[in-house]
Amino acid sequence: METPVTTAPAVSRSINIAGRAASLPPGRTLIDIEALDFFYGQKQALFDINLKLEEKRVTAFIGPSGCGKSTLLRCLNRMNDLIDGARIQRGSIKVRDTDIHDRSVDPIELRKRVGMVFQKSNPFPKSIYENVTYGLRIQGIRNKTRLDEAVEKSLRGAALWDEVKDRLHESGLSLSGGQQQRLCIARAIAVDPEILLMDEPCSALDPIATAKIEELINELKTKYTIIIVTHSMQQAARCSDKTAFFYLGRLIEYDETRKIFMNPSNPQTEAYVSGRFG
Amino acid sequence: MKRFYDTELETFRSQLILMGEKSMEQVRRALRALTENDVALASDVVATDDEIDRLEIEIDEEAIRYMNLRAPIATDLRLVIVGMKASHDLERVGDEATNIAKRAVRLAEEPPLKPYVDIPRMGAIALEMLRDALDCFFHPDEGKALAVVRRDEEVDTINRQLYRELTSFMIESPQTLSRALELMFVSKSIERIADHATNIAEEMVFLSHAKDIRHTDALKHPTLES
Repeated sequence: METPVTTAPAVSRSINIAGRAASLPPGRTLIDIEALDFFYGQKQALFDINLKLEEKRVTAFIGPSGCGKSTLLRCLNRMNDLIDGARIQRGSIKVRDTDIHDRSVDPIELRKRVGMVFQKSNPFPKSIYENVTYGLRIQGIRNKTRLDEAVEKSLRGAALWDEVKDRLHESGLSLSGGQQQRLCIARAIAVDPEILLMDEPCSALDPIATAKIEELINELKTKYTIIIVTHSMQQAARCSDKTAFFYLGRLIEYDETRKIFMNPSNPQTEAYVSGRFG
Repeated sequence: MKRFYDTELETFRSQLILMGEKSMEQVRRALRALTENDVALASDVVATDDEIDRLEIEIDEEAIRYMNLRAPIATDLRLVIVGMKASHDLERVGDEATNIAKRAVRLAEEPPLKPYVDIPRMGAIALEMLRDALDCFFHPDEGKALAVVRRDEEVDTINRQLYRELTSFMIESPQTLSRALELMFVSKSIERIADHATNIAEEMVFLSHAKDIRHTDALKHPTLES
C-alpha cells in the first residue's frame, strides 16, 4: 500500500529557510544607560557605559571577575547607594524614560519595581509564607486573602508551589539550596516588579537546581525584564536573548546572544567566550 | 592564552587538510589513468579509496568527541561543524575519483572514441576549485571562496557540451554507445567533484564569516559585508 507523503511540506514550511538569519525583532527599550561612569572612592569601576536593555527580554552580563558587570547590575536598583564612596560621576540610567537617580525617585519604590536575586540565596529566618509576603507587608497590606493569593501566585510563578504548599509555615531555611533560591525569586516577584536582576543566581546550585532556575527564567521573561550576571557561558547561551560582554569596566560588545556565541564582532569577546581569555 | 586542548583543534585541521590532499590526488590519478589508459593505476585508485573513507570516520569521531567534551563556541564551533561537512564532501570526491577509475578500466579495453581534450580541461578546473576552496581553510579569503562558487558554472557548461556531443556520437554510430556512455558518466563525475568543491567553498565562507550563502543571492554581491 502506498503511504501518502503528507508531512514533508508541513516540515519544510515550519523550517524558515530565510530564517537562518532570523534575528529577534527589536525590543522596546526599558532601561537606557547613557555614558555612565561609576566610582568606588577613587577607583573607577565603570567607564562610559552606553546600553539599552529591552523589555521582556533576558539580557546576560558576562565578563571576567572585576569587569564591572555586578556593579552595573547593582546600579540598576541603586543598591550601590548603600556603599560608602560609591557614586555615579557622570551619565544616567533611565527606566521608562525616568532617571532613577532623580531626586523625585524613592529608592525603596525603585527596588519594588526592580527586584533582585543574589548569588547566595538569602531567605529571611522566617517561614516560607512570611518570606514571600514580606515586601507586601512592608507596603502595609494586611488582608489575609490577598496575602494568601499573593503567596500562591508568587510560589507558582517561581515553580515552587507544588513542593512547599503543605508546609508554608515552616522556616524558609529548611528548604534545599535550589528551593531557597526559588523562594527568593518568589519573594522578589511577590511585589510585582517590572525588572528582575539576578546576580549569578545558580553559582551555588547543583545542575538539577540550576536547570529549574533556568527553566523558570525562561517562563518569567514573558512577564518580566530579566538581567542576569553569570560566569557560565553555557548558561548565558541557554537563557539569554541578548548578551553584554564587559572587560575592565568597559562594555566591549552587546548583541544578540546567538551572534555573540556564533560570531562575535570583537576579538576580545571571542577570546572570552571561547575560554582563551588572558 | 592557549588552552591545554588547543592542539586537538590543530590536529583536526591537519586531518582535514590531509584528507583534502588525498582526495585531490585520487582525482588526479584517476584522470591520468583514464587519459593514459593505465589500468594498473586505475586499480590502485580504487584500492586507495578506503583511506579516504577511514579519514572521514576519524574526522567525524573527533568532531563529535570535541563537541561533546570541549563545548566549542564561536569560531571553534564553526570549525568543527565545517570540518564534518567538508570531510563528507571530500569523501564523495574520493568516490567520484573511484567511479572515474572504474570507467577508465572499461574504456581502456576499446580504442578511444575521441582525443581527451574536454575531460582533462574540466578535471583541471574542478581540481583548481578544490584547491582554492581548501586553501580558504588555512587562509580565509572570502573573494577566493566566492570565485570557486562562481566557477562551478564553467564545469557545468562543459559537461552539457560533452553530453550533447556524446549523444550525437551515439545516434550516428551505435557501436560507440558503451564508450560514449562511460564518458558521459566520467563527465558527470567531474561535474559532481566541482559541486563538492563549491559546497566546501560555501562552508569556508561560513567558517570565516558565520554566513550561510547556500541557496542565496550572495554571488550577486561583490563581498559579503553588509
